[in-house]
Amino acid sequence: MEAVIEFFEIFINSTDVFFRGLWITLRLSVVSLLIALVIGLFFAMLKISNVKALERIADMYIWIVRGTPLIVQIFILFYGLTDVFLISMFWAAAIALAFHSGAYIAEIIRGAIQSVDMGQTEAARSLGMTQSLAMRRIILPQAFRRAVPSLGNQFIIGIKDSSLASFIGIQELFGVANSLGSNSFNYMPYFLSVAVYYLLIVLILTFCVNRLEKKLAVSD
Amino acid sequence: MSEAKEMIRVEKLNKSFGDLHVLKDIDLKVNESDVVVLIGASGSGKSTLLRCLNFLEIKNSGNIIIEGEQIEKETHNLNKVRERVGMVFQHFNLFPHKTVLENVIEAPVQVKKMRQSEAEEIGKELLNKVGLGDKNNEYPSKLSGGQKQRVAIARALAMNPDVMLFDEPTSALDPELVGEVLATMKELGEEGMTMVVVTHEMGFAREVGDWVVYMHDGKIVETGKPSDIFDNPKEERTQAFLNSVLH
Ligand SMILES: Nc1ncnc2c1ncn2[C@@H]1O[C@H](COP(=O)(O)OP(=O)(O)OP(=O)(O)O)[C@@H](O)[C@H]1O
Ligand SMILES: [Mg+2]
Repeated sequence: MEAVIEFFEIFINSTDVFFRGLWITLRLSVVSLLIALVIGLFFAMLKISNVKALERIADMYIWIVRGTPLIVQIFILFYGLTDVFLISMFWAAAIALAFHSGAYIAEIIRGAIQSVDMGQTEAARSLGMTQSLAMRRIILPQAFRRAVPSLGNQFIIGIKDSSLASFIGIQELFGVANSLGSNSFNYMPYFLSVAVYYLLIVLILTFCVNRLEKKLAVSD
Repeated sequence: MSEAKEMIRVEKLNKSFGDLHVLKDIDLKVNESDVVVLIGASGSGKSTLLRCLNFLEIKNSGNIIIEGEQIEKETHNLNKVRERVGMVFQHFNLFPHKTVLENVIEAPVQVKKMRQSEAEEIGKELLNKVGLGDKNNEYPSKLSGGQKQRVAIARALAMNPDVMLFDEPTSALDPELVGEVLATMKELGEEGMTMVVVTHEMGFAREVGDWVVYMHDGKIVETGKPSDIFDNPKEERTQAFLNSVLH
């Protein structure tokens, strides 16, 4: 009982510090996922380009991301980027996370595009649309609708993965918990607090994705 | 009487898929306002021929001449050619994420850069014409098959094409819905639209067709007026085919 009360005290007393961490977690997640969407869309296009060399490049990228641990990718990219470019820690971390999610998003988008009936492209082309116009106006909107559940899932994974940025010194949620814990030699309440914050974020995001799915379903 | 204007001419058209020789030296002429009905057994190459006319398939050899212009993918922007050649598909292929009216105005606005308001006006008119004036804001999923196909016809007409191609437009429909689509097509033919129609509806072929073309195994076996083809087919294979579908 005492431990529970202690936890709540610490949880409530540390909200302002955690909110700073939460703000960084959210910014890091949103920025990296937006970059990941662009990367994912780009590599999905390579995969369906019907140009062997381009498909190979996409395969290679996906193979590298799948074949190495995320923490290794983060360290390589973070130190690589900050060594070579004048780039803030935040942006280096965001790009490293995006590099990782991008591969999974590429596969999600590719699958969704290929699940759209060929007849849709043909109908669009038969009306005089160019390949790229048909992709943009007809195929991608349908593909994105289908991809919403998987993308939502990937976003949730991405948000949780952003906690690894603490290992390169980003004071996001988990980084904050680590610092607070080491200052007080009492880690557990802070780790539990972090877990609560993540659960809340995921709960809200899941709710939003479900809402979006319902909204997009009006045409079905 | 003046010579009818030639809309489509096909000369020695050949098309293969890998080793499969699907169209063999096809010759075909379609004049303005003609309704040409293509009949033939499954696999005889009817769809492939239509798709070549719309350049959804690219021929291997031969000439396709549309309104006097020999079209080659090397020298022509096929997108521009397709604007003039509308196509209606067996499975409608409406855009499910767009409303009925949005389906119809999509190409005029995006391809022809028509003003939204003008496109909507034309779109509503066309939807009225095919009997769906009250469905503008519905999504395709809420329509019956016959209604979907009529929207697809309106969508193709919205580009103001010179020719309309129909690939088995009623084959995916419940029998009771076939009539409404055929009626729409008949009206279109009577208004002078040039049409090439692949269908198994022999009643339509006889009543609306100006010419009937019988295809077998990638070749055109016989071409004639509907009355000639149906009542006095010259070729044995045509007789055999008609016997199999009419009896
Ligand atoms: N994209 C393709 N790749 C390979 N073979 C094809 C392709 N499209 C058609 N074929 C083949 O070409 C032949 C002619 O097909 P097509 O669809 O033109 O026939 P059809 O007369 O329209 O038949 P149906 O009445 O069944 O629609 C068939 O043997 C078919 O399997
Ligand atoms: Mg066919």
